[in-house]
Amino acid sequence: MNNAVRAAENVARASYGRLLAILASRSSDIASAEDALSEAFSKALTLWPRDGVPDNPDAWLVRVARNRLIDGQRRNAKLAPEDDMPELIAEPETIVPDKRLHLMLVCAHPAIDPKMHTPLMLQCVMGLDAEQIGQAFLVPKATMAQRLVRAKTKIKANAVPFAIPANDKLSPRLEAVMEAIYGAYSVDWLETGDDLGKEALFLGDVLSAQLPNNAEALGLAALLGFAAARRDARIVDGEFVPLDAQNPALWNEPLIRGAQAMLRRASALGQIGRFQLEAAIQAIHARRIDNELMDWRGATQLYAGLCQLYPTLGAQIGYAVALSHLHGPDAGIAVLDALPKTQVAGLQSYHATRAHFLAEQGKLDDAAKSYETALALTFQPALRVFLQEKQSAIVAQL
Amino acid sequence: MRLAESFYGQTSTRQKSGARGLCVYTFLLYSNPADFADMTPEDWVAQKEVYGAYIGALQQAGVFVDTDWLQGVETATTLSAASGSVKVQDGPFAETKETLGGFFVIDVPDLDAAIEWAGKCPAAQFGKVEIRASAMDSV
Repeated sequence: MNNAVRAAENVARASYGRLLAILASRSSDIASAEDALSEAFSKALTLWPRDGVPDNPDAWLVRVARNRLIDGQRRNAKLAPEDDMPELIAEPETIVPDKRLHLMLVCAHPAIDPKMHTPLMLQCVMGLDAEQIGQAFLVPKATMAQRLVRAKTKIKANAVPFAIPANDKLSPRLEAVMEAIYGAYSVDWLETGDDLGKEALFLGDVLSAQLPNNAEALGLAALLGFAAARRDARIVDGEFVPLDAQNPALWNEPLIRGAQAMLRRASALGQIGRFQLEAAIQAIHARRIDNELMDWRGATQLYAGLCQLYPTLGAQIGYAVALSHLHGPDAGIAVLDALPKTQVAGLQSYHATRAHFLAEQGKLDDAAKSYETALALTFQPALRVFLQEKQSAIVAQL
Repeated sequence: MRLAESFYGQTSTRQKSGARGLCVYTFLLYSNPADFADMTPEDWVAQKEVYGAYIGALQQAGVFVDTDWLQGVETATTLSAASGSVKVQDGPFAETKETLGGFFVIDVPDLDAAIEWAGKCPAAQFGKVEIRASAMDSV
């Protein structure tokens, strides 16, 4: 491949969201900005191999795309080419400012359906297409494309501003942004087999770079770093490996060191929050990379804090597991029993955890039944292998 | 910002500037008439004052375009010529518990500003405020 072509593709990957944010910020018209940007990229693929890569590829692309946008606006406004539209003239820019936070705030705007926050961000900031996003969310490509178009139309029609809200309004808006990034991470890879961990980590890094003094943004980036570090360790030989059984040699050490540093920076800011607690739990697990024993007492305390601050079912199941390592399976079962029955009935992790506790209690019949239920709720092949092995081991003892 | 500036000159016209300048938003105020069944004449006077203060605030900020509040939905007449001939019917076009009781039209720079004003609208306290951007001049 030609160097100029590779340069164009690298710019595309690295700068997509940055360029789109700039192009859409004046008009709130994301769809037109996407079209203009993709035309600029295809122009680059033709011109750069012939004329050489410009000194500032980002600025070149913005200029070309912006000229496209201006032509389009001129047509829409039914102005003759000689009519002046002074506020739209593209200033030659040497530095392309980073407005990705503005773009993220638009994607996670309260006027947009929360279910679309994560897909919008994946498309606008990362440049993923409707097919990739649809796959991750188990939605057909056409349906996802239609929803994305509808959301962008709403943003344009309502002039949703590319702006950072004033201080008293900012914090709920940032929470929505973080929730959407977390949403990319928690798209259940076990069910879809198509995880977005890399994308979530990228978004978390963008956010934390733009908000270096926001403890939760740093905490979220740390959490995503720890999770991404374990990518190669969680399925071995086609079988799911739970976190505390993973081989630390398979973890990505630079990612773990980066996440540890990020979490230290977050803690130094002295504002505890949900994402920092989740990251701190992950950090305890990650210490095994330095040959330390798993600190279940520390994990239990952090889970208890998380359950108070942000009591999700996942946090409470995590608490049950950690507690059982200190006080045995009875303590774990007690925590599970307190969870609302209707909400956990369809939750695979609840039944698998319960089965594990029952087996430890020696209630093999019940354990086998719980594994059965968990299996019925599990479609991911590697996790099925794991649960089936657990179950057959118990059935063999019956 | 020439377009926007020239638009500022002509207040109270319902149009939308081509590029991002000003946007016209309509607040449709929905509420359940049953919620007002017990209101005394004094309550209504107080309500009127509350709305008067809100209109005053909109005017002072230079964003007010128009407002009206409407007779009850039981007095509505619905007309359609979609079938080829004009048909006039007693009643609203749809029977709903919450009905359209009034509206405000404002012009502000963007949706965040519109949401801010909608939050201050007295109707938001007991009903719902639907925000709709103007589509005039956008197609």
